[in-house]
Amino acid sequence: MADQVMTADVSTRASATFEPRIIGFLCYWCSYTGADMAGTARMKYPPNIDIVRLMCSGRIDPELVATAFAKGADGVLVCGCHIGDCHYMVGNHKTMVRIPLLQRVLREMGIEPQRFRLEWVSAAEGARFQKIVREMTEQVRQLGPLNWPGLMRSRGVGHGMDLKPWGEV
Amino acid sequence: MSTNGSEKKKVAMYWAASCGGCDISLLEIGPRILDLTAVADVVFWPVAVDFKYADVAAYPDEYIDYCFYNGGVRNSEQEEVARLLRKKSKTLVAYGTCACDGGIPALANLKSKQGIFEAAYLDNPSTVNPAKVLPQEITETPVGQLEIPKFYDQVLRLIDVVEVDYLIPGCPPQADRVWEAILALVGGVVPPRNKAVKVACTDKSVCDECKREKRKVKIKEFKRPHQVRPEPEWCLLEQGLICMGPATRSGCGALCTNADLPCRGCYGPSGTVEDQGTAMVSAIGSILDVTTEEQARAMLNQIADPTGTFYRFSLGSSYLKARK
Amino acid sequence: MTTPHVKTAEGFKRISIDPITRLEGHGKIDIFLNAEGEVADCFFQVPELRGFEKFCEGRPVEEMPRITPRICGVCPEAHMMASAKACDAVYKAELPLTAKLLRELQYNIFFVTDHTTHFYALAAPDFVMGPDCDPAIRNLIGVIGKVGLEIGGKVIKCRAEGHEASKIFGGKPVNPVNAIPGGMSKPLYPEERNRIEEIVVDMVEFAKFSMQLFEDVVLKNPQYLDLILNGPYIHKTYSMGLVDEKNRVNFYDGKVRVVGPDGKELVKYEPRDYYKHIGEHVEPWTYLKFPYLKAVGWKGLVDGLDSGVYRATPQSRLNVAEGMNSPLAQEAYERYFETLTNDRSGHTPVHHTLAIHWARLVELLNAAEHSLELVRHPEITHPENYRVVCTNVPSEGVGIVEAPRGTLTHHYVTDERGIVKRANLIVGTTNNNAAICMSVKKAAQGLIRKGVEVKEGTLNMIEMAFRAYDPCYGCATHSLPGQMPLIVRVRDVDGTVLSETTRN
Repeated sequence: MADQVMTADVSTRASATFEPRIIGFLCYWCSYTGADMAGTARMKYPPNIDIVRLMCSGRIDPELVATAFAKGADGVLVCGCHIGDCHYMVGNHKTMVRIPLLQRVLREMGIEPQRFRLEWVSAAEGARFQKIVREMTEQVRQLGPLNWPGLMRSRGVGHGMDLKPWGEV
Repeated sequence: MSTNGSEKKKVAMYWAASCGGCDISLLEIGPRILDLTAVADVVFWPVAVDFKYADVAAYPDEYIDYCFYNGGVRNSEQEEVARLLRKKSKTLVAYGTCACDGGIPALANLKSKQGIFEAAYLDNPSTVNPAKVLPQEITETPVGQLEIPKFYDQVLRLIDVVEVDYLIPGCPPQADRVWEAILALVGGVVPPRNKAVKVACTDKSVCDECKREKRKVKIKEFKRPHQVRPEPEWCLLEQGLICMGPATRSGCGALCTNADLPCRGCYGPSGTVEDQGTAMVSAIGSILDVTTEEQARAMLNQIADPTGTFYRFSLGSSYLKARK
Repeated sequence: MTTPHVKTAEGFKRISIDPITRLEGHGKIDIFLNAEGEVADCFFQVPELRGFEKFCEGRPVEEMPRITPRICGVCPEAHMMASAKACDAVYKAELPLTAKLLRELQYNIFFVTDHTTHFYALAAPDFVMGPDCDPAIRNLIGVIGKVGLEIGGKVIKCRAEGHEASKIFGGKPVNPVNAIPGGMSKPLYPEERNRIEEIVVDMVEFAKFSMQLFEDVVLKNPQYLDLILNGPYIHKTYSMGLVDEKNRVNFYDGKVRVVGPDGKELVKYEPRDYYKHIGEHVEPWTYLKFPYLKAVGWKGLVDGLDSGVYRATPQSRLNVAEGMNSPLAQEAYERYFETLTNDRSGHTPVHHTLAIHWARLVELLNAAEHSLELVRHPEITHPENYRVVCTNVPSEGVGIVEAPRGTLTHHYVTDERGIVKRANLIVGTTNNNAAICMSVKKAAQGLIRKGVEVKEGTLNMIEMAFRAYDPCYGCATHSLPGQMPLIVRVRDVDGTVLSETTRN
């Protein structure tokens, strides 16, 4: 699922306004349950977010976030349990180091801070999850598409294979 | 050493956006190079031999048996020569970290082309350029046009512009590993055509080769190398010096940690990861002695330059590759 | 490379040497002939830029001695030392004696290795075999064939020992890492010192041998002596080099001294004042800038007292100095000046470009002798004083050393955390950009004459004009099967091939 959805080209979507593609990495115990609660309580939030559920936010390898952006995501949301509430005790201790550090690195690569957010969401915070997603979708919409694959193509990554064969000197 | 035929093999080496260290490193195999030249002829090697581009273009296709291309692709000439050499070579090897992963020149991907030109030619303490002259691809003179290559927006790896058979990482690759690779190639132990396989290295990380003691303690504070004398024989990362060992491919013999300085990752990402920077971010997440967000923030503030340190040599093979 | 669509003006013909080989990383030469077949103009173009000055912004300054050596893989130690000195200045660190001794010792040993590589790989073939001899043997194989396999072994040994020393000091044979702000990352242990002393003793003998070889093969040969003294390779430019407090040549430290074509001192400046004296000019047809002396001004690619063009080469270093800091080198220095200027004191500068090869050997001897003095210093193995920890607030600093091929300047401006905000580098070969352009053009004008066939030997002699400067790298000290094919196609304005000269 994830692969197909993530590599779909934003530009082919039939839509007049830009619809951001946001990938959400949520932990099973707190934040996914919180998002689920928003769903069962019919709290509407924009469909722009695609959620990937993992057992713990500590499992979120920075590689996953970087890959999401590299393949065309316009925004990434990472959610975990509040500090002290992690089901695995210290899983989110790793998250609270990795994600801010990664945010700093991605900011230096030109990815605006509003595109990459870390939020602690408990199982009871469905309303809060709704608010976060609505807010983030609008902010990313304002920023416009990131379109990293297009950027790399325009800078020449891979184009040597398309050029005409070597001619005479 | 033996070869498959009685005819001498044809060998070429080219340097793109490189420092010359890889060409030197090929010579670090020492007296063994005499064995090599007994069975191989150098047919293109600008640093040492007088063949010109026109000569290479005139060779038949696949004339060159083994071609070593070092350096990143920074401009149009380097890409054109990469394509030319691919056409004229049976086996094309990306030699050195610049060709494999972008190397130090790829740090320029954190800046813009405009910024680079300004820093070199306009906004510079010793440069006197009131007319704001910048290098141009074509310059008109009374006798004719002068041409210099187009400076690309981003440093590319060899594999971004042509198909590559093998990659030999290292800045520069260490002599003993290189010799093993050459023996394997020339002896026919490995196929001439392959899918960009990294050779002359192992899949493990530098920590595997480093002899310093790992006490398995968490870090309480980060330090920078000029601020502290490290305790000898104890893991530098555990002492709080950022060391890229965990995220870096081994093959070098952990030479820098032997000299009491932390690894900076010059062999590129280790065998199990593609992106050296995210691997290091992940590793750091696991080894800090923190239980609150404030503590985490405080320690992260002590890291002077995460992007330039974690991606020092491998921005070209990271997922994102460059600044927007 | 020159693509087919580049135009040549009406009435002119273009000869391209592309790429130039057996020297500087990347370059090409375009020679334009007028209708009479004489050289109308000649351009030496550098097609490459990497942008270190920009991408070092944002990097911690203590990392600069580990990043900047990747500017050049043949002289990484030069960049490492210049960078470390700039960092010392940024942190206002006072180095203890042992730290300074270690830096100077490592650096002088590197000098021996580097000069050896250039002389035997690049210079010797042209002189030992002859500038226009068959290119198939005009390389190190030919040299070994003529003077013996024993010599090849000595050269390999010298280079191997030099890199062994690098590894002992700094971990790696290529790109050692041990110079840091405040000193060195590790001390020299006594057993290491003993091995280094053995290596240096070998190097002194090898340096003496090399000088003798040069005298026997070159100086005692009237044809070569004539080529050096009277060939089309003379430019009367200013000279630049580092000198110590007694105005003796010092590769590692001192002040920068500039003397005019007539030998009179123009200026002697501290590293931190470099930008007051050196300007850099930009041309659109090359990526490399042209440093010149601000006091005299940029007058174009001309030499003389009124032109700000200067050279920074081994020859320039001897020109600006008044002596050497070691006895055998001092003798060699006096012999060099007496032969070339009839003045043993060295006050008259030498401008014969090909004599740079000779000056290089005087320096080789000096570097080896001086290393012997340093390695025997009682403080060299002190277990504590190999560095100080930097505690001052960082700001700005300049570090200058003599790279084998010219004065090397590193300048960093940092914020209060020591993160680089601005960087400026003037690299060894860059100093000589104007002079190299002029040497190549003058050689082309002197050697290509109307009515005379453009032979392979002619092209090589044009290349010899820039080889003397030993730009940016050193290389094969080992055997090369020497085939050097070259195709020169002379094209008319519309691209028709008018003539083709090939070798091999």
